[in-house]
Amino acid sequence: MNTRGLRSQLKDSVPVTGMGPQVGAYGVQDTLRSGFSSVKNELLPSHALELSEKNFQLNQDKMNFSNLRNIQGLHAPLKLQMEYRAARQIQRLPFLQSSHLALDTLKGNDESISFEDILNDPAQSEMMGEPHIMVEYKLGMM
Amino acid sequence: YRKMATLSVCQPQLGGFSFENCKRNAVLEAEVTKLGCNVPSARKTGTTICGVVFKDGIVLGADTRATEGMIVADKNCSKIHYISPNIYCCGAGTAADTEMTTQIISSNLELHSLSTSRLPRVATANRMLKQMLFRYQGHIGAALVLGGVDCNGPHLYSIYPHGSTDKLPYVTMGSGSLAAMAVFEDRYKQDMEEEDAKRLVRDAIAAGIFNDLGSGSNIDLCVITKGRVDYLRPHDMANKKGVRTGNYKYKQGTTGVLTKSVIKLDLEVVEETVQTMDTS
Repeated sequence: MNTRGLRSQLKDSVPVTGMGPQVGAYGVQDTLRSGFSSVKNELLPSHALELSEKNFQLNQDKMNFSNLRNIQGLHAPLKLQMEYRAARQIQRLPFLQSSHLALDTLKGNDESISFEDILNDPAQSEMMGEPHIMVEYKLGMM
Repeated sequence: YRKMATLSVCQPQLGGFSFENCKRNAVLEAEVTKLGCNVPSARKTGTTICGVVFKDGIVLGADTRATEGMIVADKNCSKIHYISPNIYCCGAGTAADTEMTTQIISSNLELHSLSTSRLPRVATANRMLKQMLFRYQGHIGAALVLGGVDCNGPHLYSIYPHGSTDKLPYVTMGSGSLAAMAVFEDRYKQDMEEEDAKRLVRDAIAAGIFNDLGSGSNIDLCVITKGRVDYLRPHDMANKKGVRTGNYKYKQGTTGVLTKSVIKLDLEVVEETVQTMDTS
């Protein structure tokens, strides 16, 4: 892409949360875990849809909860979020595949099929997470 | 023994689209265009598809050519996809996109109709398709003509790749859409009979086939009425390949046999080994 395109993208871009440099424990770039960094790679998304897809579920939930709050009052999203939080805790260890059955039923994902179920199935992934590091991360020891 | 490759990430992996290779692809494309070659392109259907509402239902029509740049990739591909027993959808644009999109929506509609225990409505399929296509901002190149008969009567929608939809009595899509629309604008009448509607759609697709390079081969029709679906494939073979009039094969016995000599080859066994399979 030419530099003029880059400049216009930088000017109109809103600061987004997903694309910042990966900071480690001491506020510096964590080379051991996330590899070498490159400012160009982290400033712009590699595809127009990358950010919107990463945050799609979150944005949908926010929209639905705020609609519910406006229609039915604050108790409705509060109750629902409490149920989601309870269902999210029924899981295996982080590096194992959990079925998320309760969470899926609550969210209605058991009655729909989308690209998340067809493409890039995590159960068929060729790489696995390093068990010790993932559990330490989950327990907050890293 | 073998170890599986590990990545030390902290978050569990998600399914769906992965944009890992986009930067690499951009770099590769820049290098390749510098050398003067082209990257391979996706197979498009470069099509003529159309639909019309008649007295008792819907007639959908499509041609059957799939192109890949300047080459015909498939001379007889099926562009009318099943969505539900009473709803069918024609697809133009990138062939894989239309195929996967209609299959996903068909599965979703089936789950939805099992959960509501009712026959699905065309408006439901339309809403699901437009929400999915808008979510991907037109990167999924699927232009669809969706038609069906449900409890509220016959409905026909056209859906564009960016997610806008139109509900109309007659629609055309694809590269041959202007040719087909010309035929529709001339001869469409409200509340036609089934035979008239089939003839109109057949003529519209034929106009697209003969006047547009991206469309060709046969004409497929799908007639949907309340309680009955006629999937006519092919309805009309407009472009049949010719038959060879001459034959260059010679009859048996044309060449006379002068002499015949048989030489026997003696083969002897040199070595015999048995190798067992390692089935442990």
